[in-house]
Amino acid sequence: MDTGQSKREFRYVGTRPNRPDGVDKVTGRAQYGADMTAPGMLTGAILRSPHAHARIISIDTSAAEAIAGVRAVVTGADFVRLDDDFIRDVQENCMARETALYDGHAVAAVAATTPAIARAALAKIAVEYEPLPHVTDVDVAMKADAPVVLAGRALETVPAGMTQNVTNHCEFGHGDLEAGFAKADLVIERSFKTAATHQGYIEPHACLASVTADGKADLWCCTQGQFFVRSLCSAIMGMEASQLRVTASEIGGGFGGKTTVFIEPVALALSRKSGRPVKIVMKRDEVFRATGPTVSSSMDVRIGMTKDGRITAGEANLRYSGGAYPCGTVEMGAQAAFAAYDLEAVRTIGWNALTNRPKEAAYRAPGAPQAIYAVESVVDELCQKLGLDPLTVRLKNAARKGTLSSYGPTFNDIGLVATLEAATSHPHYTAPLGPNQGRGLSCGFWFNFGGNTCVSLNINTDGTVGVTEGNPDIGGSRASISLMAAEELGIHYENIRTIIADTSSLGYNDVTDGSRVTFSVGLATIKAARDAIGKMTARAAQYWGIDADAVKWVDGAAVPAGSNAGKFPPLSLAEIAEMSPQTGGPIAGHHEVNVDGAGVSFGVHLVDVEVDPETGFTKVLRYTVFQDAGKAVHPDYVEGQMQGGAVQGIGWALNEEYVYGEDGRLQNPSFLDYRIPVSSDLPNIETVILEIPNPGHPYGVRGVGETPIVPPLAAIANAVSRAAGVRLTELPMSPPRILKALKS
Amino acid sequence: MRSLHVSAMVNGDPVEFICDPGEPLLDVLRNRLGLTGAKEGCGTGDCGACSVTVNGRLVCSCLVLGAEVDGAEISTIEGMADNEELHPLQRAFIDGAAFQCGVCTPGILVAAKALLEKNPEPTDEEVRFWLAGNLCRCTGYDKIIAAVQVAAAEMRGA
Amino acid sequence: MVKVKLWGTLGKLADGQSEVEIEAKTFKELLDRLVEAYPGLAPYVARGVSMSLDGVIYRESWFQEIGSDSEVVLMPFMKGG
Repeated sequence: MDTGQSKREFRYVGTRPNRPDGVDKVTGRAQYGADMTAPGMLTGAILRSPHAHARIISIDTSAAEAIAGVRAVVTGADFVRLDDDFIRDVQENCMARETALYDGHAVAAVAATTPAIARAALAKIAVEYEPLPHVTDVDVAMKADAPVVLAGRALETVPAGMTQNVTNHCEFGHGDLEAGFAKADLVIERSFKTAATHQGYIEPHACLASVTADGKADLWCCTQGQFFVRSLCSAIMGMEASQLRVTASEIGGGFGGKTTVFIEPVALALSRKSGRPVKIVMKRDEVFRATGPTVSSSMDVRIGMTKDGRITAGEANLRYSGGAYPCGTVEMGAQAAFAAYDLEAVRTIGWNALTNRPKEAAYRAPGAPQAIYAVESVVDELCQKLGLDPLTVRLKNAARKGTLSSYGPTFNDIGLVATLEAATSHPHYTAPLGPNQGRGLSCGFWFNFGGNTCVSLNINTDGTVGVTEGNPDIGGSRASISLMAAEELGIHYENIRTIIADTSSLGYNDVTDGSRVTFSVGLATIKAARDAIGKMTARAAQYWGIDADAVKWVDGAAVPAGSNAGKFPPLSLAEIAEMSPQTGGPIAGHHEVNVDGAGVSFGVHLVDVEVDPETGFTKVLRYTVFQDAGKAVHPDYVEGQMQGGAVQGIGWALNEEYVYGEDGRLQNPSFLDYRIPVSSDLPNIETVILEIPNPGHPYGVRGVGETPIVPPLAAIANAVSRAAGVRLTELPMSPPRILKALKS
Repeated sequence: MRSLHVSAMVNGDPVEFICDPGEPLLDVLRNRLGLTGAKEGCGTGDCGACSVTVNGRLVCSCLVLGAEVDGAEISTIEGMADNEELHPLQRAFIDGAAFQCGVCTPGILVAAKALLEKNPEPTDEEVRFWLAGNLCRCTGYDKIIAAVQVAAAEMRGA
Repeated sequence: MVKVKLWGTLGKLADGQSEVEIEAKTFKELLDRLVEAYPGLAPYVARGVSMSLDGVIYRESWFQEIGSDSEVVLMPFMKGG
């Protein structure tokens, strides 16, 4: 694929200018999902099942409808049953049909003139439930006699004879496993469990839907992908996509959890029924109970190693549950599990089983943290028992260019060895440790991808530039996009304004996920800029009366390409822009593409902890993140992804978990009891950015957003295990679990 | 129960509003006064995204009733800048890339300002413990602590 | 003819073969021929597969050209968060 010449000396890319939305965000002016209002707006509220699993016998909404101020009530019966499995699952997750599948599953909704009336109306909706047996544990769900969550949803890849809860199955790997294990001097096999966690974004889901009598609709929502929201909602509502305009608000965190819909179809349905705009904002407990946590997992890993540290075989059996609907995340985990290693014999087997829990959504690198936690823990235990240095062993077995990966492809240039070498030579690795302290490390990996992307770049007559793109900014990407436009056009960053368009203003853009924005939108921006440059050089050529190919673009201006072309002083972008009305009209460049060639991003995390043997409390003392970014367009935001992802991983490793009771209900749907890291829990997170360019991008960019959540789980588990003197195999390693392990 | 009529000062301006007896100050600010800078992250005082000061005291506005602030002086994020001129904390956060999604930022800025008014020269640890009531999920807190210290130094004239 | 590697479960649906030879010059031709030869693969391909071509992943590019000595691996459709 022709991406144009790779640039090595950058003028703007790699600097750290202020982001364009900065002032709005520090003054409270930025508008997030819940900050929008509309005249005549109603408030929507959702009634949710208190049962983990129950047949819905009847719903009587008459008393609610009779309350003054209630303008619409909807239930599952207000939604058409769809044929497509995937979209039907999304719709039924937003509003149950005949069965409530988890504690918190939506069963009805009202729209009323005030929030208080809406709440009062919910209490008047009479739902008759028939509670059914429930299952919340993935291993229990796979047993022959487990309560069946949904029947008939197993894919053709699932072997016959399993409980209907098993919906997905996959297998990857190559080589002769038993021969490989036979060569090992030590084989360790361990079982691991991880609890479901939540992305924990501080902004609850919020939307404002407005459906008019002629069937058009406007939807304002906080989302990572307004075009995907349009696709889902138009299918669910039976509308043409072109009739639904979705505008993405500023978003208060997503991390993958806002890549689908939960309340949006409900708000649209209420708006259609009432003929007025309807705003729905989730409460925090609803976010925990009824949005998309991660899978929970139960895993077995077996790895063999020679006494000089060569891994001879690796095997993993991953059992994930993505909640009450079929979920393919185990495929990503199964591929990622051994991705860091050059192995002759490797096999990962994956399963997904249904449980009465909310429907999974992505959380950074979906499926990878769990599997890599298990694999890196066993590798670390092998190093411990064989008396080998963990980094040396990683380097000895590291995947590099030409390695046949555990998931099939042969790697091109990758940055794993560079990150491992950077870790080895970093002072953190050799700093002394005190009593009850331990050091852990882990490799991590994510595929990253490209995707459908459109960018429109307009040259304003005053010489400034507007870049219109379609990907919500979750980490400062507008600044990076502007930097790449500045680099290509050769004008100052301050003269470029990047905005995010609604679905009516631009062609389709895939969701902001897959660590794709800086890579894909950046690539499309660079190409749109080159398109605009082509037009500007053509205008200059006309102005000078020479051939278009006798003009080139240098430092933000058109210049004659050689002395034969003529002696003309450079024509700056501003000058060309100013005369554009007279030379043919407004000038713009654009680019639409489904981008491929995303580069994988490897990382290594090092962490020191201290475990208090009396309380089981773990203090994180020192943390260093090493990651390959290909090319760090805006280093502040690359560091931000590394630090943010690491801290999410720290919370996942030490404290965060979904706790289910015997009754199948979520016990801790609040920030008090679902305890994410706070500033006083943490040391500074040091970052080291490596740059091994990705040949698939003009500047070498690799996505970086997801990889940082992958290494912390094992890095901390390895550090805690070494500090405590006992191997922990269940996450989170909360104080009671550590104490229990110490005692046994 | 009947609604209540309340008069107060918000960011130096006199305001009047009516509210339900059980209505949190956060809802009053956002829904009645058009001040949407304070955010509801949890509604139970666990996240700090709704932080404001009432008579100089840092509070979670989701835990204060609108009815309680009759005659009080309230400061929100919207009052932090002096018209066009940003507060040193606001500038330090922009310059130091101390936010990503920005939704926790108003609460953190209000809280940080309250800290520096009490303690103009905090240690990193003191900043971390003061801000422990403000959850951030994007940044890992590093750049936030650094930005607070940069602003503190500027405000001390250092 | 192009050698195409099929990961474990895909191979099981293709008469147990982990590597097959297919006559194809583009990604779409490859998928069409594959399903013709192994109808058991039809549901999976309909749900979506991506292709790694000499180490570069193509999510869904029908007209991506494939050389006869390229390394082609079929993978599950990429998802992220």
